[in-house]
Amino acid sequence: MMANHWIIVPVVLPAMLGAFLVLALRHDLWLQRVFGTAGMVALLAVALGNLAAASAGPPQVYLLGDWPVPFGILLVLDRLSALMVALQAGLALAVTVYAVATGWDSRGRHFHALMQFQMMGLSGAFLTGDAFNLFVFFEVLLIASYGLMIHGGGGARLKAGVQYVAFNLVGSTLFLIALATLYSVLGSLAMADIALRAAALPAGEGAMLRVAVVLLFLVFAVKGALLPLQFWLPGTYAAAPGPVAALFAVMTKVGAYAVIRFHLTVFPETTAAIGPMVEPLLMPAALATLVLGALGVLGARTLGRAVAFAALASMGTLFTAVALGTPQATAAAIYYTLHSTLAAAVLFLAVDLVRDRRGGDGLDLAAPPIAQGGLIAAIFLAGAIAMAGMPPLSGFLGKLMILDAARGPVQGWVWSVVLATGFVTILGFARAGSLVFWKAHQTAADPAPHPAEPWAFAAAGLLLAGLVALTVLAGPAMDWIGATAEGLHARSPYLDAVLNARPVAQTLPPEG
Amino acid sequence: MEGLIAAAVGGLTAAGVYLMLRQRAFPVILGLSLLSYAVNLFIFASGRVALALPPILDKTQAGYTDPLPQALVLTAIVISFGMTAAIVMMALGAWLHAGDDRIDMTDDDRAAEGRIAGDRTATGDRA
Repeated sequence: MMANHWIIVPVVLPAMLGAFLVLALRHDLWLQRVFGTAGMVALLAVALGNLAAASAGPPQVYLLGDWPVPFGILLVLDRLSALMVALQAGLALAVTVYAVATGWDSRGRHFHALMQFQMMGLSGAFLTGDAFNLFVFFEVLLIASYGLMIHGGGGARLKAGVQYVAFNLVGSTLFLIALATLYSVLGSLAMADIALRAAALPAGEGAMLRVAVVLLFLVFAVKGALLPLQFWLPGTYAAAPGPVAALFAVMTKVGAYAVIRFHLTVFPETTAAIGPMVEPLLMPAALATLVLGALGVLGARTLGRAVAFAALASMGTLFTAVALGTPQATAAAIYYTLHSTLAAAVLFLAVDLVRDRRGGDGLDLAAPPIAQGGLIAAIFLAGAIAMAGMPPLSGFLGKLMILDAARGPVQGWVWSVVLATGFVTILGFARAGSLVFWKAHQTAADPAPHPAEPWAFAAAGLLLAGLVALTVLAGPAMDWIGATAEGLHARSPYLDAVLNARPVAQTLPPEG
Repeated sequence: MEGLIAAAVGGLTAAGVYLMLRQRAFPVILGLSLLSYAVNLFIFASGRVALALPPILDKTQAGYTDPLPQALVLTAIVISFGMTAAIVMMALGAWLHAGDDRIDMTDDDRAAEGRIAGDRTATGDRA
C-alpha cells in the first residue's frame, strides 16, 4: 500500500517554491509574481483535493521517514485540518492577487517568498500530529509573519513589529516549557499517544500534567489573542500592510484550531487526571475578549484599528463557542472560523483601499471623497454587516448557531454578551463608515485621481463571494461541519487512524 | 545536580523576566535570550538528569539517558538563535529610525521633545 503523498504537498510545495523565489528570482518582480500566484493556485488545488479525500473517508496518516507511530513525526489529514488548509490557501490566493494589483509586493523585497514560507508554516501547523512539530511550524509561520509584518518599512510599522515579535517570542518560550513538562510527565510528543497516556494517568497524579495543559492553552491564547493576552493584536494588525493584515486574519485561527484540537482530541474533559478545567477558564476570557473588542471598535481613532478590534471581538465569539464544549457548539465554532476569517480579510482590504486613496485612515481626518469611493464603501458595508453579525450574511447565521448552542447556566451570560456586543459593533462600524465615506462629501473637492486597480477589487470580491457562498450554502456546509464536529467529539476516528497506522515497509510483502 | 540545574533555570528565568519588563528594546532582547537559555536547560532536564550514561541502550551499562530531549534542545537552540537575530535586526531598524530604543514613546512624543526632525517622523506609508 502506498502512502498518500498529497498530504505533505501543502508543506513541501511552498517550502520549495519559497526557496526558489529567494534564490533564483530575487531580481525579477514579474517572475516572482507569476510563480507566487501560480504557487497559490496550485496550493489551493491540492488543498481542495485533500479536502475531498478527507471528507470521503476516515482521517489519513502520513508517517514522515516511515517511522512507526509514537517514535516519528506524523501528519494527519482529517476533515478539520483539510478544511483549515483549504481556507488558508483560498485566503492567500486572494491576498496575493490583491498585493500584485496594488503594487504592495514591490514596496519591499521578498514579499512572495515570505508568503510561500507563511503558507508552509500554516499548512504544517494545521496538518501535524506531533506536539513538538506543532511548535516548529508555529515558529516557521511566525518568522515569515515577522518579515511580512514589516514589509514596506516605516517607523510605526517597525515599532509595532518589535512588540509583535517580542510578545510571540515569550509565547514560544512558554510553548517550550509546556512541551518539556508534558514530555517529562508522559514521555511522548505524538498527540494521539499523549491522549492515550494522559487518559491512563490516575486522577491523583495529574498536578504536573495540569500545569503543562494550562501553559499549553496559554500559548494558544496568545496566538488566538484571548484576553488578557491580546495586547499584540490591535497594534500589529493596524500597522501591518493591508494585504498582510488580511492574511493575518487566519493567523489567530491557528490558535483557535490548536485549542479545538487539543481540547477535544488530546485532553478532553473525560481525562481523569485533568478533569473539567479548560472550559471554566476559557468562557470568561472569551466573553471579556468579546466585550473589549466591541468597545475597541466603538472607540477606535483610525479605521484600521476599528477593524483590528472587530477581529479581536470575532476571536472572542469564536472562543465562546469553543468553550461551550458540545458538538453543536463546536460545529458553530468551525462555521464561525470560516466566516470570521473571510469577513476580517474583506474589511482589512477595504481599509487598505481607503488608506491608499485618502492618505491615511484616521477618523478625525478631513479629506475629500475618494476615487471609486462608492465601490469601496459597498465592500466595507458588506464586510461590516458580516463582521457585526447582521442578516443577511453568514455572521448572522454563525452567531445564531452559537446562541442556539448555548444551553444551561451560561446561557444568560452568552446571550446577553453576544447580543450587546453585536449592537456596540454595529454602532462602531456605522460611526466609522459614515465618518470616512459620508462626511467626505462635505468637502467640495473632487476625488484625487487614482488607478482603477480592477484586480484589487476582484480579490476583495472573491472573499465576499466566499462569504455569500457560506451564507447560501449554509445548509450543506453545516451538515458537513456537523459531521466533522461529531467526529472530533467522538475522538475515535482520529485516535484509531493514528494508532493503527503502520509503516509502509511493514505492509510490503517480504522480499525473496 | 538537580538543585544546581533547578537553581540555574530559576535564576535565568527571573533575570529574563526582569529584563523583559524594562522600557527599552535592548534589555528586552537580552531578557528574551536569558529566557531561551533557561528553557533550553529545562528541556534538557525534562528527560531526567542522568550522569555518565550513554544515550542508547547498551547491555554493558547500568541504564541510558533519554536522547530525545537532547534532540529537542538542539531544535530549540537553532530556532531561538534565528528568532533573536530577527528581533535584533528589527530593533536596530526601529532604533535607527527613532534615534532611541524606548518602547513607550511615539514619534509625536519625540517630536515634542524636539529630538527628531519632522521629516524623519513621516512613515512613508504607501508613499
